[in-house]
Amino acid sequence: MKRRSARARQLINGAVTGVSTVAALLGIGALGWIIYAVISRGAAAINWTFFTALPTPPGMPGGGLSNALLGTLYITGIAAVIGIPMGLLAGVYLAEFGQHSKLGAAVRFLSNVLMGVPSIIIGLFVYTIIVLPMGHFSGWAGGVSLAIIMLPVVARTSEDMLRLVPDSLRESALALGAPRWRTTLGVVFRAAKAGLITGIVLAVARVSGETAPLLFTALNSPYKVDSLNEPTANLTVTIFNYAMSPYEDWQTLAWGASLIIMAAVLLLTILSRLTLREKKTWS
Amino acid sequence: MLFGKRSQSRSVGTFLLVLALGITPALFGCGKGNSRARLNGAGASFPYPVYAQWAHRYHKLKGVRINYQSIGSGGGIAQIKANTVDFGASDAPLKAKDLDAAGLIQFPMVMGGVVPVINVPGVGAGKLRLSAALLTDIFLGNLKKWDDEAIVRANPGVKLPDKAINVVYRADGSGTTWIFTNYLSKISPAWKKKVGTGKAVSWPTGVGGKGNEGVAGYVKRLEGAIGYVEYAYALKNKIPHVLLQNRAGKFVAPTIETFQAAAANADWSKAPGFYMVLTDQPGAQSWPITGATFILMHKKQRDARKAKAMLQFFDWCYRYGGETARKLHYVPLPKAVVKLVQQRWRSDLRAAGKPVWK
Amino acid sequence: MSASSNKHHLDDKAFRWITAAAASMVLIIVLGIFVELLRNSSLSMSTFGFDFLTSQKWNPAKGEFGAASSIYGTLVSTAIALIIAVPLSVVIALFLVELAPPRISAVVGQGIELLAAIPSIIYGMWGLFVLAPVLSKTVQPALGSALGGLPLFQGAPMGIGMLTAGIIIALMILPFITAVMRDVFRMVPGVVKESAYGMGATTWEVTRQVTIPYGVHGLAGAIFLGLGRAIGETMAVTFVIGNRHEISASLFAPGNSIASTLANEFTEAAEPLYRSALVELGLVLFGITFLMQIAAQLWLRRLKRKMAVAS
Repeated sequence: MKRRSARARQLINGAVTGVSTVAALLGIGALGWIIYAVISRGAAAINWTFFTALPTPPGMPGGGLSNALLGTLYITGIAAVIGIPMGLLAGVYLAEFGQHSKLGAAVRFLSNVLMGVPSIIIGLFVYTIIVLPMGHFSGWAGGVSLAIIMLPVVARTSEDMLRLVPDSLRESALALGAPRWRTTLGVVFRAAKAGLITGIVLAVARVSGETAPLLFTALNSPYKVDSLNEPTANLTVTIFNYAMSPYEDWQTLAWGASLIIMAAVLLLTILSRLTLREKKTWS
Repeated sequence: MLFGKRSQSRSVGTFLLVLALGITPALFGCGKGNSRARLNGAGASFPYPVYAQWAHRYHKLKGVRINYQSIGSGGGIAQIKANTVDFGASDAPLKAKDLDAAGLIQFPMVMGGVVPVINVPGVGAGKLRLSAALLTDIFLGNLKKWDDEAIVRANPGVKLPDKAINVVYRADGSGTTWIFTNYLSKISPAWKKKVGTGKAVSWPTGVGGKGNEGVAGYVKRLEGAIGYVEYAYALKNKIPHVLLQNRAGKFVAPTIETFQAAAANADWSKAPGFYMVLTDQPGAQSWPITGATFILMHKKQRDARKAKAMLQFFDWCYRYGGETARKLHYVPLPKAVVKLVQQRWRSDLRAAGKPVWK
Repeated sequence: MSASSNKHHLDDKAFRWITAAAASMVLIIVLGIFVELLRNSSLSMSTFGFDFLTSQKWNPAKGEFGAASSIYGTLVSTAIALIIAVPLSVVIALFLVELAPPRISAVVGQGIELLAAIPSIIYGMWGLFVLAPVLSKTVQPALGSALGGLPLFQGAPMGIGMLTAGIIIALMILPFITAVMRDVFRMVPGVVKESAYGMGATTWEVTRQVTIPYGVHGLAGAIFLGLGRAIGETMAVTFVIGNRHEISASLFAPGNSIASTLANEFTEAAEPLYRSALVELGLVLFGITFLMQIAAQLWLRRLKRKMAVAS
């Protein structure tokens, strides 16, 4: 370290703190602006009809998004059930076994590549491998495409979080005679829990806003969701269609749907933090 | 410390079980409507509002679910060729040889108009007159300012400001662009040579907005802008439209009547595979940028019941859907053309060798 | 004892195998995508050859395609986004972990995670209807008069264009990078930081000399997360980038990116050559991401070596 007087170091610290705070407030302000826009424009759409009615064609008032809400829940659920466990296990491999292996290096590299593939290409890929052979669009294909998007995000963030857990923790557990899987899933996971959950929530948040992949897999539908084996209603494609229409009631519904997506992710985060707190009582 | 894990896994297990129970009914589609046909169609966004209303009313009447998704004309063509939907929809008709190669039939369903819209301070709706030459020169980028001599001369009495002309086009491929560029190609050999017709073309100048809404949005916000949108968008967004000179030399405004006039003068019986473009039609009242939108189906239908249900729906739309169409500013097909279409159904559509429509 | 240790051995092997299988899925998927892209772009590749990468022509009506403007737009908009987002993320994460009172940190942190959930199309709409007017009326004219000498800031302030696209992407990736960086900063063991403080270091010095080096791998991971999203961003970009297949020096001019071109034109493209050209664009993007990753890995390796030498 360079030799500096105590005074100079305090000044630098103060300057950096000041700049950080201002820049942080600026960045947060810009983000707050967007949240505000979504809330103010979307709140107008939220009422009982929104949650219970089926969509109506343009020009017909009284439409809601009940089917799209359910469809998104199903599709995101499928994606989560496929993508999260696979991503966590992949992250475990990368952090615990794959630090110096060829497979680990390749997977790490390709995860970053996969994260950069535009979601539309992933949608086209799933269209080719699932929709075309099946001969129709489906909610299943939609779930798979979202799972593919989630996979590298969960894998890389869990790897990074798991690696930050000090080895001393692992070694003490192993020294006590615990098998490797117990050590990882019990001890290491608990230590990295907050970060792992952030990774999962980020992945779910990211896919809940995705439109392009669903356009080629689940498409959309104005009817009730009673089968995932056909085009399935969902919020994002609906927003896509409504936002670009000239009908004001549809545009308002689009903002409303965005508000719901945002609120759902908020709920998810709060719930996950709550379960975190609960488990703390054991240790 | 390791005790906690058991209760964790139990709660996770319960959660997954509940999720699975919730999804299972959806898995196997045990909904009530199983005995009624469910039809899927996709394609052009141009007729989406009217198709959506027709499907909605039909569902209330007969319980048949027709799910039409607006993914674009090219998408409609691609999906029907790939057999992932029951019918496709396109604004740009396929030529007869393409239809034969893919084993498809096409028929017109409804018609509408494309309208140039402007944002020129001081110029209201329906005041600006653009002849064929002016329109193409603007979109070719040959005219740079609104107060250019040529425009001023053609519009005596209109105060044109000294502002740059900002062309706005559709960034996404679209049937609307196809109809518009088809018109420009017909009236201007220069355009035909330099740019041509297409759902997406290489525009000599301007910026691209996404969708009709994007174009409408740009035009409203950019001073000096000129773009083209479907009629419904021009009305809903209250953007000033222009008057165009049709083939008969008259300046007309975009209205249902002028769209109808253009459609009335078309001779469908001579069109192979119903390939007909309604731009630049003769008639003193005809709007020069009118277009029909088409339905595509496979000649050989796999499921006779589904095929019949589809045709019954389209028949209902022809018979009873006219009022709905007009309310949404579309032009229903003349009865004579509907007869021709249904003749084609009779002769060309087969399921397991038997004709679908009697 | 030996029986249970044998079981442990098998269990461990099985565990390693299962996790390796999960990790291999990434490999399989990426390979699958690559193969599909290659297959579907073969028509375009054989028609245009290498010129595809250098030609600015994009004429669907005449069947002439070139990726140059899309590649340029992707690189420039991503660069702008990273230049804005990365420093801002570091600073916001620092603020949340070290400077802000815990309540504010929790609420603001929550708000930032929420932004990750907003559908990209909303960013697009917000960008077009809220941000663009502000840019065209105030920011762009200001930049134009102050720095108008540079070709970067010339041209009419329309409010849409490369700069707007870059800003929107920056706002979109900010939540991701910030959230991960915040968690990385938090995971630095208190013990390590406190020993530095104990020696009399200031907050900034601790951050620079201790926190960041400790978590550099995680920070790099955060940046990759953001980079990945930035490069592939479609919906938000198409609303504000102006959608013109042309390379211009000015940030105020319209342009396009590979992802926005795909989003705009894919569903409408019915002709085989058109589709193939679009898929080839996708392949090019794939290639760019690949190359960027290689460059980043090399850089990281150099960084690690420097740090190993220093410690």
